[in-house]
Amino acid sequence: MIQYKFIKRETESLASHFIVPVLSIVLALLFGWIFLWLYGINPAETYLRMWQGAFGSSYAISETLVKAIPLMLLGLGLSMAFRMKLWNIGAEGQLYMGAFAASGIALFYGDLPSLVLLPVMGLAAFVAGGIWGLVPGAMRAYWDVNETITTLMLNYVAISFVESFIFGPWKDPASMGFPLSPRFSPQAYLPSIGDSRVHIGLLVALLVAVLLYFLLNYTKWGYEIKVIGESHASARYTGINVTRNILLVMLISGGIAGLAGMIEVSGITHRLQQGISPGYGFTAIIVAWLARLNPFAIIMVAFLFGALLVGGFGLQIFGLPFSTVQMLEGAVLFFLLGGEIFTKYHLQRSGKEGQ
Amino acid sequence: MSFEAIVALLAATVVAGTAILYAASGELLAERSGIMNLGVEGMMLVGAVLGFIFTVRTGNHWYGMAAAMAGGGGMAAIHAFLTITLRSNQVVCGLALTIFGTGLSGFLGKSYQGTPISDPFRAIHIPGLADIPVLGRIFFQQDALVYLSIVIAVLMWLVLYHSRWGLSIRSVGQNPAAADAVGISVSRVRYFCTIVGGILAGMGGAYLSLAYAPSWQENMTSGRGWIAVALVIFALWNPMRAILGSYLFGGVEALTFRMQTAGVNISTFYLAMMPYLLTILVLVIVTIRMRSEAGAPAALTLPYHREER
Amino acid sequence: MTSSLMIEMNGITKVFPGVVANDAISFQVRAGEIHALLGENGAGKSTLMSVLAGLYHPDAGSIKIKGKPVRFRSPRSALAVGVGMIYQHFRLIDNFTVAENIILGASGGDIVLRSKAIEEEAARLSEKYGLEINPQAKVSQLSLGEQQRVEILKMLYRGCDILIMDEPTTVLTPQEVKELFKMMRKMADQGKSIVLITHKLNEVLEVADSVTVLRRGKVVGNARTADLDEKVLTQMMVGKELTPSRREVLERSRELILQLDHLMVLGDQGNVAVKDLNLSLYSGEIIGIAGVAGNGQRELVEAIAGLRSLAGGSIKMDGQEISALSVRERLARGINIVPEDRLGMGLVPNLSVMENAILHNYSKPEYSRGFLLNYKKIRAYTHKLVKDFDVALADINHPINYLSGGNLQKLLLGREISQHPRLLVASYPVRGLDVAATESVFHLLLQERAKGTSILLILEDLEDIFRLADRIAVMYAGTIKAVFDIQQADLETVGLLMLGGGETQL
Repeated sequence: MIQYKFIKRETESLASHFIVPVLSIVLALLFGWIFLWLYGINPAETYLRMWQGAFGSSYAISETLVKAIPLMLLGLGLSMAFRMKLWNIGAEGQLYMGAFAASGIALFYGDLPSLVLLPVMGLAAFVAGGIWGLVPGAMRAYWDVNETITTLMLNYVAISFVESFIFGPWKDPASMGFPLSPRFSPQAYLPSIGDSRVHIGLLVALLVAVLLYFLLNYTKWGYEIKVIGESHASARYTGINVTRNILLVMLISGGIAGLAGMIEVSGITHRLQQGISPGYGFTAIIVAWLARLNPFAIIMVAFLFGALLVGGFGLQIFGLPFSTVQMLEGAVLFFLLGGEIFTKYHLQRSGKEGQ
Repeated sequence: MSFEAIVALLAATVVAGTAILYAASGELLAERSGIMNLGVEGMMLVGAVLGFIFTVRTGNHWYGMAAAMAGGGGMAAIHAFLTITLRSNQVVCGLALTIFGTGLSGFLGKSYQGTPISDPFRAIHIPGLADIPVLGRIFFQQDALVYLSIVIAVLMWLVLYHSRWGLSIRSVGQNPAAADAVGISVSRVRYFCTIVGGILAGMGGAYLSLAYAPSWQENMTSGRGWIAVALVIFALWNPMRAILGSYLFGGVEALTFRMQTAGVNISTFYLAMMPYLLTILVLVIVTIRMRSEAGAPAALTLPYHREER
Repeated sequence: MTSSLMIEMNGITKVFPGVVANDAISFQVRAGEIHALLGENGAGKSTLMSVLAGLYHPDAGSIKIKGKPVRFRSPRSALAVGVGMIYQHFRLIDNFTVAENIILGASGGDIVLRSKAIEEEAARLSEKYGLEINPQAKVSQLSLGEQQRVEILKMLYRGCDILIMDEPTTVLTPQEVKELFKMMRKMADQGKSIVLITHKLNEVLEVADSVTVLRRGKVVGNARTADLDEKVLTQMMVGKELTPSRREVLERSRELILQLDHLMVLGDQGNVAVKDLNLSLYSGEIIGIAGVAGNGQRELVEAIAGLRSLAGGSIKMDGQEISALSVRERLARGINIVPEDRLGMGLVPNLSVMENAILHNYSKPEYSRGFLLNYKKIRAYTHKLVKDFDVALADINHPINYLSGGNLQKLLLGREISQHPRLLVASYPVRGLDVAATESVFHLLLQERAKGTSILLILEDLEDIFRLADRIAVMYAGTIKAVFDIQQADLETVGLLMLGGGETQL
């Protein structure tokens, strides 16, 4: 009987780090092609329309960027936590808390000049998101409570919490019952770049990417994070304080996610409303994973996913549901996850039973 | 609230809890073997849409249910293959499954939104028991799927704690190396539990589209999958507690709904938070006290392979 | 005792990359016999028994069980023929009861768990063989000795006639050891064959009927224990050759660097790993710890490093108590450790060679500017390190995992040496290294000694210790049994003490 076994590679195949992600995307697109074709839909036309929806005009590109910006920030924040093997899947909730805090400042101190108001909003958002990340972080650092579960649960606590305000004390009396806060004053709007809807949040995201890259590769602290992520034993062996770093990283990861929330309410919606995030926090996990935690790759992958979202929205005009795009997203990830094993192991055939 | 309203609420609690109970039972089984499947929401949706489509097309809700089971099981098989054989990260894989399932269900169900259903699950009055005052109304005038969900949960409890199979399953989730050492096939057990978990999630989704609503609506699970994931932890991986917990969480849902129709109240949101906060609390307490009998299966989310020397 | 052969292993050879673990070994055990397999670490005992238990396939040779030739494809097939192995690290489910652990995975019996029936069967077996245990107790509540009994019962329940016990007394108290030997005797009297893998002489003489001695993969002797005594056994185990020492006799200033007094350190399982340990470490000398692995060496090293707290006693450096100091503070005082866990603790997996080289230095002013790392200096330092210590590699930016064992060790040792330590603790620094790499490491250690560094050296091979050390401290069961100056030490005495014997001669 011919058996297949996975044998650990002695050295990780560096080529596979590029080949696997690219191949996954290609295979996923192929899967989508076949699926659409089986359903009687023209795949070429569909893909073309998606492309046009995302890149076909300067408006399309700006919309793609608009969707990509929160994904960039969230992905960057998550990459910090993931690098330390802290599985923060609470980015969605941290975003909501950040949006909440920023909105609070905007609604009650909206008369302050932009130059003061916006940074304060940003700070408030960072702190709120940071606390939302710090709490499960502390539970992990001190009590070893599984952060995957606690961050996941806190997502829904945050969403309910924020909704209680949108439906309650912060509801706009002029909104005719819709769950919206009053519109922010113009000082609370994040300035846009040029005429488009693209706001300076893009610059913030790029700045964070540069900062993160710099931090991880050039600073002492970035080095410590890398050591902790690879081996707690090595970290302790050289006297690095693992507990303190877990707290710090969860704080920052949540804070950046909170910042993403601020950018959404200040730059796009200009108010706090239900559903400010269509699951960005979860999509960002995939973005960070696909980009292998590299800050610049995260920017690019986020852009790609933004394109996917916008292209998918565009399909609706042609009668195709948005869910088509979700399927593609899922498929890409399946192939990527499946391919990952080949970077660490290779498949070996054994001709006969036993040795 | 009048007495009549309370009884009605409790009956609604059972209904609301049933979908969660199916999904939670399934996830419980998977996690007991060491596999965390966060794709519950996606599997439920696929089950719901397939159940609906096949019921409408065949006019028989049992065919629909069979399709839902196949759909949920199939989705779970993908998760199993990726996480067990290819040793992928279980969290990311589960999230992908949710996204994929949400997309797939929306896509397949597009043309069925608003279609009326000819053969939903109707209430079955259990002779004799249905006439008991109060309790009869709450428990014995429900549809077949409600009764089935309880039977399944009880069966799962019996299997996990009173059979050799259950012993093997729990050993795989607690210490796969020890199980491997006595000849138990860790991957076979995990495949089985994950796929059955998916089948049950599919049934939970089908319950929504074939009995609870009954109809198909995109994203109709609205987070129940995540509540089920929380419930498994809250119930400390015990099926009997899961029954109670699902009615508790179902009660929250039913109460929230009633309160919202009576006029939106802030407290409905705090009520909605309760299941998640309680779950965190329970997890913290159990982890701190490290009562491993009551805690998570020790090998949960950790891939297993016999190391070559 | 019957004369039928239960186990016959003939000409068993097993080769791993770079080492012949078993070299044409023949091994026989009779029914109803307790047969000890004696040898030092690396002698080949575990490998041979792994072959018998079906874990490894021999490259040559044959096995017969109860007279019938067998070929094991896996541990399951060995179990099916009645060969059961009881490992040092137990394979039990801690939140199951004893009874549940016993029947886990056992074939036969119905689906329904009839706890009562299992408990009765477990009780019956434990009575028969004298293994006292409460079938309803949860494993997590049991002592290590009791857990071991559960492992034994597991095998007996499955009808094993052959029990292989791998260093079973390591985790037991002296009282529990006595009880274990009683149980073994009872089982043997009922016709079971027991193979006892051990490095402890007294056990061999106390409980075994016969002994086979292995050394460097070969059988060097086989006899009935009634015909032997400690001296003869030791000679067989360690050999009589004494290699000429390589050290020069130094004019030593003998400054007391570190003083360990009545040290008590707990192990991972809550057991007492280091017990009332006293040792003085001086500058410019190598003190070698002679002892079989698992007698508390690892815990001792971690306590000195600051990675494990003391349960009692004190550690003084230059007369000052340092047991409250952090790892960083100890590093700053010149205590450097080359840990046993090379790639995983001493070196960070997946990070580059350069990133590993500056593990201790990254925050020092020479290599950083404020919160930034000064890569130019770091690169230069790494290149110098690689050159000075002859580490062969392609690129300092490549992940460290690419390096061979020998080069990993040279890098690790080189890094610690370049910190100019006052005390260098090296724990099994040549494990798994070939001859050339081993010589390089030894050369480096001797150089350090010449500079005046105090070196605490833990090695597996007794002969190597004799080559390098100025003093030899024998460690057994968590304490230092004796310390010898190298001129006064001889292989036999040290070997004896290492293996738990020879107390009365001191």
